[in-house]
Amino acid sequence: MTEEHGLFGAKGTGDTSGYGGLVRKSHNEISAERPYGGYFDEIMDELERAYPDFNDAIEQVVIHRGELTLHVKAARLFEIAKVLRDTPALRFEVCLGVNGVHYPSDKDRELHCVYPLLSMTFNRRIRLEVSVPDSNPHLPSLVELWGGNNWHERETFDMFGIIFDGHPGLTRILMPDDWIGHPQRKDYPLGGIPVEYKGATVPPPNERRSYR
Amino acid sequence: MTTNDPYATSRETTEGRVYSVTGNDWDSLVTEIGATKEERVVVNMGPQHPSTHGVLRLILELEGETVTEARAGIGYLHTGIEKNAEYRTWTQGTTFVTRMDYLSPIFNETAYCLAVEKLLGVTEEIPERASVIRVLMMEFNRISSHMVALGTGALELGALTPMLFAFREREKVLDIFEMVSGLRMNMAYIRPGGVSQDLPDGALTKIRETVKELRHNFKDNAKLLIGNTIWMKRTQGVGYLDLAGCITLGVTGPILRATGMPWDLRKSEPYCGYENYNFDVITNDGCDTYGRFLIKMDELEQSLRIIEQCVTKLEALEGAPVVIEDKKIGSPADLKVGPDGMGNSQEHIAHIMGQSMEALIHHFKISTEGFRVPAGQVYATVESPKGETGVHLVSDGGSHPYRLHFREPSFNNLQSLAAMCEGSMIADVVAAVASIDPVMGGVDR
Repeated sequence: MTEEHGLFGAKGTGDTSGYGGLVRKSHNEISAERPYGGYFDEIMDELERAYPDFNDAIEQVVIHRGELTLHVKAARLFEIAKVLRDTPALRFEVCLGVNGVHYPSDKDRELHCVYPLLSMTFNRRIRLEVSVPDSNPHLPSLVELWGGNNWHERETFDMFGIIFDGHPGLTRILMPDDWIGHPQRKDYPLGGIPVEYKGATVPPPNERRSYR
Repeated sequence: MTTNDPYATSRETTEGRVYSVTGNDWDSLVTEIGATKEERVVVNMGPQHPSTHGVLRLILELEGETVTEARAGIGYLHTGIEKNAEYRTWTQGTTFVTRMDYLSPIFNETAYCLAVEKLLGVTEEIPERASVIRVLMMEFNRISSHMVALGTGALELGALTPMLFAFREREKVLDIFEMVSGLRMNMAYIRPGGVSQDLPDGALTKIRETVKELRHNFKDNAKLLIGNTIWMKRTQGVGYLDLAGCITLGVTGPILRATGMPWDLRKSEPYCGYENYNFDVITNDGCDTYGRFLIKMDELEQSLRIIEQCVTKLEALEGAPVVIEDKKIGSPADLKVGPDGMGNSQEHIAHIMGQSMEALIHHFKISTEGFRVPAGQVYATVESPKGETGVHLVSDGGSHPYRLHFREPSFNNLQSLAAMCEGSMIADVVAAVASIDPVMGGVDR
């Protein structure tokens, strides 16, 4: 999804590292094929049985490091979350919050939202991932299903600018109310200030020469 | 309240008259409010208030002394740790995450390192001695965190002596941390691949003595509080939250176990080899502040049990490695506490400066560039003293994290404040907050 040139992150200066021609691309996540292994097959079978629009709602199934991620269409998120919570054979009764990730180079899918779910009944975990375009960052709120998502969604709004439709009070939570910008986006600078020490100036971390 | 009183001022706003109260002016305030027709009073408790655990701001709507609406205002300690970590190497990340929930630094470090190791796919290659040391440090940290929770909780309800005893025991645990890592707080001791250094000579003897002392001394606080009529009247039935409330709010840790649910990640999803230790999951079915208090008291003994088993295991693993064998991940620097603090050992410096150019290059590369982690995302969890500490870590294949997010139990659990406090007396809010045990460093990150 991202493309990096060279080895040092420095821009606008001559490349002295000798790695200037190096181009690295990080891979897109690879879809998993059945059988998924472990309890993942059982979850998917039950979900398919309980949710009629299964094939339309799930864009991609990824298994990485023994964890199952379902990439879900944003419009279907609420329905599928409700099925996952309420179906007796699934029972994902706990949502462990919301986390945003910003992929500026992922065209029309810039903002991702990740929901780790836990089933205490069966001791199982899965993860839901949805993506929304930066130009229209709207997602359905899941506060109705899991009240604990309230602050997590506020935090994700605060940090990424994703708007959760149906949230009871979507306001900033960590940053001041009148703050401009969403700090966890990749286009938002770290905001450090240069530090002067014995006459020399140390630039803030995001402007230092560093390895990528 | 007169207008020339510099400490108690009032002003008109669109919401109504606003009074600033700083203490010693209660009588005049009561007189003045009593004269108005308004029955509803909104009180801002904090962010600078001794009983709100750091910079927590409580916005309470009162009718008389009854709380009709409780809201928490947070963010006063937001330091952007997650953002900062994106500009540092994977190893430097521990130095940042340890400062989140500063009362349980070892848990933050372990959760973070487990996530990095999972992304690297080296979870199985972590040496056993490193895992045992991690468990040892985590359980000591659980004791020190519970000690602060119990001590300050009692202090906030007016019991001064338990705080003195609790901090006395916490000092002993911090002494162990200092002996092992060189630091008493924010140790950055757990590193991806293992721990930063092995236990010093004589550590196990000291640990065994400390365990004995702690076990004896814990009785002091138990005698003071368990069954104490005043303490029970202040805590029993206060801050009530049942299982259904906990599940929908995602509340974990002692609050969940106080509803009778034996949920402990050390048992349900063992990490660091917790499946090899004998200990009990403590539960209570009070659903209240007293139940949470009893759970914390009993978990102290369980932690001591685990520590004793760690000591036995460490004796058998004497001399075994404490960092991963893969030289591309584990730091080559053999850290030692020298006369000027912790640093590279003299032998290592002699080796890289005088004997091996390749070793010097390797040291330089891994210190400046760090290592790269394959692209992907993982979620790793540990059972911290406050509940489930989860780390969602995303890598794009580079030498820095692409996105690091902590699912902090304090942040999540603090949401339950409204469910616990609305309808109760204002004095019980303090008890309920103490039982949630929020640490603002973790809440705001």
